[in-house]
Amino acid sequence: MSETRWIGKAVKRVEDARLLTGRGTYIDDHPPLANIWHAAIVRSPHAHARILGYDTAAALMMEGVGGVITGADVARHTKPFSVGVTAPVHYYCAATDRVRFVGEPVAVVVARNRYLAEDAAEVVQVRYDPLPVVLDPERALESDAPVLHEAVGSNLAGHRRLVYGDPDRAFREADVVLDERFSFPKYGSTPIETYGVIAKWDPLDGLCTVWSNFMGPFIMHPLTARVLGLPENKLRFIVPPDIGGSFGIKSSIYPYIALIALAAMRTGVPVKWIEDRREHLLASSSGTDRVAYREVAAKKDGTILGMRFRWLDNVGGYIRSPEPGCSFRPTGNFVGPYRFQHLEVDASVVMTNKSLTGPNRGYACGHLYFETEGIMDRLADRLGLDPVEIRRRNLVQPDQFPYRTPTGGLYDSGDYPAALDRALELARYDELRREQAKARAAGRYFGIGLALAVDPSVSNMGYVATALDPQFRAKPEYLPKSGAVDSATIKIDPLGRVIAILSTTPQGQGHQTVVSQIVADELGLVPQEVTVVDEMDTFTRVWSISSGTYSSRFGSVGTSAVALAARKLKAKLVEYAAHLMDLPAESLEFRDGAVRPRGGKGPAYSVKDLAGRAHWNTESLPEGMEPALQATAVFGFTVAKAVDAQDRVNSSNTYGFIAEVMAVEVDPDTAAIKILRYVTVHDAGTIINPMIAEGQIYGGALHGLGGALYEELQYDDDGQLLTGTFMDYLVPTASEAPTIDIAHIVSPSPLTPLGSKGLGESSSMTAPAVIANAVSDALAPLGIKINDLPMTPTKLWTIIERARSRERSSDATSRAANIERAETGDRSRVASGAAHESGDRSRLAPISGHPRNKPA
Amino acid sequence: MKPPKFEYHAPRTVDEALALLGRYGGDAKVLAGGQSLMPLLNFRLARPAALVDLNRIPSLAFIEESGGGVRLGAMTRQRTIEFSPVIAQRVPLLKEATRWVGHLPIRTRGTVGGSIAHADPSAEYPAVLTALEGEVVARGAKGERVIKAADLFQTYLTTNLTPDEILTEVRLPAMAAGTGYALEEFARRHGDFAIIGIAAVVVRDGQRCKTARLATAGAGPVPVRLRAAEEILERDGLGEAAIDAAARKATELVDPDSDIHGSADYRRHLTGVLTKRALVRAMGVARG
Amino acid sequence: MMTVRLKVNGVAHEGRCEPRKLLVDFIREDLGLTGTHVGCEHGICGACTIMVNGESARSCIMLAVQADGAELMTVEGLMQDGKLHPLQEAFREHHGLQCGFCTPGMLMTALDFLRTNPSPSDGEIREGISAVLCRCTGYQGIVNAVRAAAATLRGGR
Repeated sequence: MSETRWIGKAVKRVEDARLLTGRGTYIDDHPPLANIWHAAIVRSPHAHARILGYDTAAALMMEGVGGVITGADVARHTKPFSVGVTAPVHYYCAATDRVRFVGEPVAVVVARNRYLAEDAAEVVQVRYDPLPVVLDPERALESDAPVLHEAVGSNLAGHRRLVYGDPDRAFREADVVLDERFSFPKYGSTPIETYGVIAKWDPLDGLCTVWSNFMGPFIMHPLTARVLGLPENKLRFIVPPDIGGSFGIKSSIYPYIALIALAAMRTGVPVKWIEDRREHLLASSSGTDRVAYREVAAKKDGTILGMRFRWLDNVGGYIRSPEPGCSFRPTGNFVGPYRFQHLEVDASVVMTNKSLTGPNRGYACGHLYFETEGIMDRLADRLGLDPVEIRRRNLVQPDQFPYRTPTGGLYDSGDYPAALDRALELARYDELRREQAKARAAGRYFGIGLALAVDPSVSNMGYVATALDPQFRAKPEYLPKSGAVDSATIKIDPLGRVIAILSTTPQGQGHQTVVSQIVADELGLVPQEVTVVDEMDTFTRVWSISSGTYSSRFGSVGTSAVALAARKLKAKLVEYAAHLMDLPAESLEFRDGAVRPRGGKGPAYSVKDLAGRAHWNTESLPEGMEPALQATAVFGFTVAKAVDAQDRVNSSNTYGFIAEVMAVEVDPDTAAIKILRYVTVHDAGTIINPMIAEGQIYGGALHGLGGALYEELQYDDDGQLLTGTFMDYLVPTASEAPTIDIAHIVSPSPLTPLGSKGLGESSSMTAPAVIANAVSDALAPLGIKINDLPMTPTKLWTIIERARSRERSSDATSRAANIERAETGDRSRVASGAAHESGDRSRLAPISGHPRNKPA
Repeated sequence: MKPPKFEYHAPRTVDEALALLGRYGGDAKVLAGGQSLMPLLNFRLARPAALVDLNRIPSLAFIEESGGGVRLGAMTRQRTIEFSPVIAQRVPLLKEATRWVGHLPIRTRGTVGGSIAHADPSAEYPAVLTALEGEVVARGAKGERVIKAADLFQTYLTTNLTPDEILTEVRLPAMAAGTGYALEEFARRHGDFAIIGIAAVVVRDGQRCKTARLATAGAGPVPVRLRAAEEILERDGLGEAAIDAAARKATELVDPDSDIHGSADYRRHLTGVLTKRALVRAMGVARG
Repeated sequence: MMTVRLKVNGVAHEGRCEPRKLLVDFIREDLGLTGTHVGCEHGICGACTIMVNGESARSCIMLAVQADGAELMTVEGLMQDGKLHPLQEAFREHHGLQCGFCTPGMLMTALDFLRTNPSPSDGEIREGISAVLCRCTGYQGIVNAVRAAAATLRGGR
């Protein structure tokens, strides 16, 4: 490893100058083409209906209209997308025969500008025959439920029962068995920049060029090429330099790429579509809503023997790739940071008349850890242990790394107890408990929550095959899948200046800054001397099928490619200098921006000098050396392997750790939750830029809290979206955001050249768990446990009120006993057997469908 | 989300504006601050043939003391009210309520007349108008009329203004020195419409309560004046028991609806909680 | 079609558009100033916030024709004489932006906020910038930046 003068420093971002002065280039900013036309999409008003026909005549007569594409064109000219399950789900880029959720595209109008396109979209007539609607995943599996896809025959898109170890035995031998039901809401991270696509078709060349704020290309490029009937080298994806946030959501833009490309192909003009906010909330992407049943088997001392997970993930009207990642993306880290060896997972992926799902920050891990950390607290409660103690007794220990989980994960490094201790220390946990005892004695509802999580980064695309039966995977025609690859090229120009070219698609993570730090350290420069280019273009960048900026890839795999490219180039410089000096290469070293004799004596060749000579005089190169000073490195993790016959898979490549503590107070009169303290400790290996790393943590935490408290895509019984505006879909503002204390533990990854791991999902995975546990703890005197998110004021108040009225009617003696226990810090609760109230979801009708805004 | 086509007029006087409204016979809409109407247009939920924009009528933006009260031109911006010394001194409840109205860049455009004419029952200004027993002035082809707060609000987003009328002025009685007041609000996020808001005004005479005024935001299709709760205070004074009784009574006086942000039961309960909090705080401010 | 004459960042412009054209679309499409962003088109997210006659306003819920005769300032006008404004400097220093999409609206809102509240508490800063939604930063970097900029601006430039 080279000197690290820049790695580890809070270097200010090179991206900021342009973004602060209004000179960013986002998809909507600069049409790359002249004579561009604009699209408006006609969308289904029904959650479920047969399409009987279209009448586009009136729209075609409207001012400025260039053409209208309907589902009939989609059926005729495109293929359905491949899906990640064997069930015959025919998912096209727009509805063809039937609509299956409100907002599903049914037609596209192309016009001279967006205003005219929207005018015409209003008069496109689509005739529907409405069908019965099903929204709840459990209801959707009942035998009399309306079936969305007749070819599938039921609403079950996929189902797997995965068994690791001997869970039945673990449950037989347990001293304690607990079970709980959890439900997790449907929400999406709603980047402030919506989707955008620009498509151009060159019929004579058979070439389609698409600009979009997509996070790929990854597997979606070949999928889309197939849908459009194009060879992959005739479909060009270009990503603009700036993307206005994504958080996983923009990985699901690809059906719109196909739809707008089709519109350009059919109308013969270049077409631009910028999604509006209503479209985004109706029909972009979100995480799944999930119903989960958890069982845990443990010994009296708190040692967990095994668990059973059973869940139903609701993927909406179709299963859109990379789903069912919602169920299987965390396969390798299903057990989280705990040592238990026996696990059964029963995962059902269900289709209903809601919008489609896909990666959303923390992809499936927010769900996973909400359930795990919830049941850890219930177990602690049952055994009379402190929540810290139950976790401590089950953590993977520092001497166990690299740790192979029973589900196939390979945790590369970590010190989980140290991170937990750091979090407790930072939160002053014991002091908080004393404060809590006082607050409880005064009748206040003060709670402390904990959450621990393994933070998986860089998904191994092989995990997707966990959704398929081993028998299916064993067929000779089945092609196993694995991999996590990224590339980088570094060039030195004739004057010694450095350009690094990436194949990533950053959405605010500061890749240019981070890469300039790495290259500066490797080549003995200052970051300002390194120009970094990250405008992905599938025609000119080196990429592979797993390339893209998703699942916290950059901090782990992207930075590795950069470091390796720099080292390759450095080796070439040393070899060249050795040739010029007529010395053996081993006697030289690269130090302070120059190749010098080891030990420091003798002449040195600076990078600038070597670059000039190499470019201007190729005769000076040693025999066999390629001219030009550039190096491309493609980094792939060798630990990314295909899923094995026992369904074990190392579903990610590097694994960090998170330990969180939160203190809250609940106002029982309004059900308002006040966050008093929030501590989060992260271990993401080597931190390249702590400022950027902490930015990811703050942002991730607020995404998780948004999902836990404010954000939910809610539907009425007819499948109409009730939260279709930013007045009703509540994104937390600065006033709702807590201050957070952040600390780091550093366990460098042995798998990456810099020791770094990804960190982008960060606290989005733990915030729902930690706040649910804190609120449960606050309301423990009332026997309330939070198993259902989001905790809206109405829901929370309703259960508090019910508990209090029960308490009022119960006899005064037991009440006194309750308070006494709280005062003495006895955590075994009288009410531990009480029914948890949070399972019921108040279904409320909207007062009106109009958006409410502040008065004028 | 682009507005549908419409014609646009920016008259310079109220008379011109009234003439335009007359010409479109109910198919035109008055554009004040636009902070509610423009989103409705962008969603294409409103489709007027024409917009009559009041923003270029200088005579509609003023704050004046007159007699025992304050007159505000309908186009007075919320941001102006926020910083007006006259309002701070004479109608401090309105100033306090303004802090709760939307956000800074909304208040720079939003107007007092627009907020009241829009008649969102969760909004703060209609509750203040109701609590203070204010009035509005409406002008139409047939002349001018004064409408009391109690008569103005009909139901959700509906006043008794006719389509050819323009709300030109808001009149609020001055609050006597020493009057206690508070606006308590519970919303899910800062700047949102209230799930419940309570405007409270009390005039004290020692422990006696000479006058109590309570009005709601978010507790039904129109702002609700909690008269029976006020009477408890005016009869029993401002002791803890009386305030508790008034708060309990308040919950009986409202009939809120459920929506995705709050159930009817929760809103009714909050009406009591916030009535109490508003009264306690108003008491703290009151002198006399 | 109607004629709109206005000044943006001190430069006079004239354009013709339909009455329904939103001010933000006019600024971006007709004037080519793409620094102001569109995030929700219903006045909630605040990405499109600009200064209209010296006060912050949402340009997605104003019509271009309403700005006839107005003086506007957009994010492009914040830098003076080739130097970043103290707010811009502070956002860079305190990592007050990640993707940068809400940033123009955030800067314009903070500018107006500090004009009327030059010595805000953290709570007041949070309330002030709650007018603009940011999904990247969790707001901490922004709060730190506005606090720092307030100090710089109080200290004189």
